Amino acid sequence: MPKLDFDIITLGHGSGGILTNKLLEAGVFDLLSNPLLDTHHDGALLNLTGRVAFTTDSYVISPVFFPGGNIGELAVNGTVNDLAMCGAVPKYLSLGFILEEGLPMAEFWDILVSIKGASERAGVQIVTGDTKVVERGKGDKIFINTSGIGELHPKADISIKNVRAGDKVVVSGHIATHGMAIMSVREGLEFETTLTSDTAPLNHAVLALLDEFGPAVHLLRDPTRGGVATVLNEIARDRNVGTTRLGIDLKQAAIPVLDEVAGACELLGLDPLYVANEGVFLAIVDPEVADAFVRKLRTLDYGQSAAIIGEVVADHPGQVVLTSRIGGRRVVNMLVGEQLPRIC
Amino acid sequence: MKHLTEYRDPELVEQYIQELHRTATRPWTIMEVCGGQTHGLVKNGILNLLPEFVTMVHGPGCPVCVTPVNLIDKAVYLAEDKAVILCSFGDMIRVPGSTKSLLDAKAGGADVRILYSPLEAVRLARENPDREVVFFAVGFETTAPANALAVVQAQKLGLTNFSILASHVLVPPAMEAVIQDDDTHIQGFLAAGHVCAIMGIDAYGPLVERYKMPMVVTGFEPVDLLQGILMVVRQLERGEYRLENQYARVVRPEGNPEARRIIEQVFETVDREWRGIGTIPGSGWAVRLELAAFDADRKFSVSIAKAPECPDCIAGLVLKGIKKPNECSQFGRACTPERPLGAPMVSSEGACAAYYHFSMSELVND
Repeated sequence: MPKLDFDIITLGHGSGGILTNKLLEAGVFDLLSNPLLDTHHDGALLNLTGRVAFTTDSYVISPVFFPGGNIGELAVNGTVNDLAMCGAVPKYLSLGFILEEGLPMAEFWDILVSIKGASERAGVQIVTGDTKVVERGKGDKIFINTSGIGELHPKADISIKNVRAGDKVVVSGHIATHGMAIMSVREGLEFETTLTSDTAPLNHAVLALLDEFGPAVHLLRDPTRGGVATVLNEIARDRNVGTTRLGIDLKQAAIPVLDEVAGACELLGLDPLYVANEGVFLAIVDPEVADAFVRKLRTLDYGQSAAIIGEVVADHPGQVVLTSRIGGRRVVNMLVGEQLPRIC
Repeated sequence: MKHLTEYRDPELVEQYIQELHRTATRPWTIMEVCGGQTHGLVKNGILNLLPEFVTMVHGPGCPVCVTPVNLIDKAVYLAEDKAVILCSFGDMIRVPGSTKSLLDAKAGGADVRILYSPLEAVRLARENPDREVVFFAVGFETTAPANALAVVQAQKLGLTNFSILASHVLVPPAMEAVIQDDDTHIQGFLAAGHVCAIMGIDAYGPLVERYKMPMVVTGFEPVDLLQGILMVVRQLERGEYRLENQYARVVRPEGNPEARRIIEQVFETVDREWRGIGTIPGSGWAVRLELAAFDADRKFSVSIAKAPECPDCIAGLVLKGIKKPNECSQFGRACTPERPLGAPMVSSEGACAAYYHFSMSELVND
């Protein structure tokens, strides 16, 4: 960590004056250095070819440091994954900070180092950014916004319009791990666990799958907030899906959940289907290639536990229906508000 | 998850289902009392595996659902006091009062915290000596020991800024009220396993005798539920009525003496109003007079005008098992978990919410 004169972030660091300059020159620019960022211009000039995907996301997680990561790598991975879900090769990110006065400089530095590591792992460059500081009490330590740009993979044809009855629903890994890792360190809920967040860049795996399976990959989604249940409901309820509205059948027994996660969910009265993920994606693929798709995915980073968990069906349009482990069937609905722990 | 997976074993479930199909030769109506059992039946899709002859009706055993509007209004009123940190179990905070829920109050700036344990609230009281910490102590006999323990702890620590807003309700009097209602046609009961784990099973013997009705203390996993149902159906088919304990791995006949002792120390039995049902004699626990300093109701002498229930909501009929949630004209239309008209639509233990979330209904919610 470079010497930055101050132990904590002050309002001056967001003033645009000498402190801002020092913070950027001594810290951010050096650490994240690349030819586009090094121009220190008001914006970045990019060379792009073909169709381009563009996305943005804001990160407000509490606590900022959690088992398995921190807000910095989450902010990179999240936006990288959103681009990958479009079938794009992530190239460039913007990085906007809203810092709360009083944030320890050491924590800010740790977050920056994580951002650098995560962008290297994902193979993206941070090319432009912004830093603002708000008064103590007006923020929650640090908020980060990242926007991302990626070039569309030449073989990608990702669209909800391509989803057909008979398509298989694939999940790339154990679900609900991130949400339960965060939950284990939330104030008032702390419980002992070795769970760590699954935050990870999914672009390399996705691009390898697109290389091999191209347009047989009909749809990709990352089930972050609201979890798998929410994303699948969005798909089932989408008016653009295929030619007619479709339903989704899920097999509970096929859905990969770590024992420890299942146990924590059980204790807290939560349903893993609604718990957030950061290193998992859902793919809806042509049934012809589904088995090969899963075999391939299992050889790729973060895909070892991939499984076919369900199927797109013509029955019960608009609804996601789960066959429970014991063979009963029930509707999996949209999550209403926050998932609240039950009394007993 | 040892001790759980064996009670979710698909083969065992299949065997019980087949046995139920063989055993039931006439129509029987059985009530599961506890919301946790309702949740288990619906979540696992058990209702549509049962033989046609067996009809399950869902009982009043959802503490969130039966908490009176008036008490929620009190909690909201306290929460909106800047000096107060109002702590609650999670699913209580979305229940509508007469004008708003605790969640609405929180959005408006009230300090409302979701906790898993009332002892956390005691900790908060220690850490915030300049604030009043109020724990919204809702629940059946199951949550009472922990709530009572929180009061005992606070007293031991000499805290003067901790109190509970207690609304404990008791299962056996509610079962009796349901049986006595002329419109119910229940022939047997699954008694609530976890309530019996605390209180024992003594209270049920007299009910079995008085109303000549089989009752089986039952657990919550698929195999538990099916075994409990089968035990009730067997008795009904033979014209018998006995108290049986399906959940013996957890429930001892005497319950948990230590838990009962601490409940006795802190609470006394009172008449209690049940939302949607009315006042049931001797069906609740309130903080004993000598512990008034820890009783938010007395400490803050909150007086809130009694609010009327929503006239379109048939929660009372649902809670007594007279109507199924989807027989309500408002179900899934004016009344949804986002905008509940009555409490059974709020808590996931509530029969209406369980039906809304999990049931195969023809409604497709656009």
